[in-house]
Amino acid sequence: MIPAFKNFLGFGFVAVLLVTVAVPAQAEYADIIINKRAEANGMRPVIYPHWFHRIRFRCKVCHTEKGFIMRAGSNEITMKDIVEGRFCGMCHNGQIAWTPDNCHRCHSGLPGLQSGVTGADQTRGPGHW
Amino acid sequence: MSFGAWGLTLSMGLLLASTVVSLAEDKPVQPEVIKQEHKGLYPWLPLAADGIHDPTNAVLKELSEPGEVHSMLPFDAAGGNYVRWAEAIEQGYITPRSTFQSYDPNAINYLDLDIIRPNTSIMPRVRFPHKKHTVWLDCANCHEQLFKSRAGATKINMWLILNGEKCGLCHGAVAFPPTECLRCHSYKRPASDYMRDDPTDRDDRTEQ
Repeated sequence: MIPAFKNFLGFGFVAVLLVTVAVPAQAEYADIIINKRAEANGMRPVIYPHWFHRIRFRCKVCHTEKGFIMRAGSNEITMKDIVEGRFCGMCHNGQIAWTPDNCHRCHSGLPGLQSGVTGADQTRGPGHW
Repeated sequence: MSFGAWGLTLSMGLLLASTVVSLAEDKPVQPEVIKQEHKGLYPWLPLAADGIHDPTNAVLKELSEPGEVHSMLPFDAAGGNYVRWAEAIEQGYITPRSTFQSYDPNAINYLDLDIIRPNTSIMPRVRFPHKKHTVWLDCANCHEQLFKSRAGATKINMWLILNGEKCGLCHGAVAFPPTECLRCHSYKRPASDYMRDDPTDRDDRTEQ
């Protein structure tokens, strides 16, 4: 067999394997799954939609005033914090946004999701290999 | 039979097997039906079919659908949310608050200063526009933790960015993905750069 053709077949193997195995997530870009505590406590994982919030607030509002660290997994958010007016609770208090007793608006994820940033177009570069 | 041919046979087999498995699985058809109904809002999937929201959650219908909102904003074919967020804010499509209680324009620290990063190997140089970033972010979000204020004091390379560090903390997660090379590498190199044979000028791993 011609060596070049062999290489082509090898590439075909890798390509087809990638298509088969690496099916990308379909979620909206920058949706955050927060599941450090939710499922362990019998609730669905939280899905935080960045897109919905950035239409209404500049990034700095949450990432400076509210103290959200800009790295998935760095923030220790508990329902106690939220109810007492920290983190999400700074707005989700019935004055700026709806109250935290609407449990399933946030706790809306599929069971078993891993915490982290999602989105179909997340770079699948060296950091994700 | 060579390795390559075996590889192809094996991979085709895998593909067939996965198709058969996916057909045989007893999945609820509901998300697929919703996907069909939302064809007009492509590329944004409805929440119930996006793979992370639980379609059995009765409260899901109370939430905004990304397609309904994003389809009214400037379209970005490159990906991300398929929205040009910077344009959306500049052209007044959206007016996000600058503090969590107000729209106070004085709360925004605008800075109109472009930073050129010259050591970008054979790529065009990187132009970092402070203006587009300060619309969204405060100085303290990036300085001095992520980036030093002194030009050239921060070591940045594509490896770090693709691993979600430096620019990659946002670009690839919430801002346009780093697959859009030329949006950052947008400052043309002088032709003389390509004629010189000076390795120190082309190595982006050297101190910048």
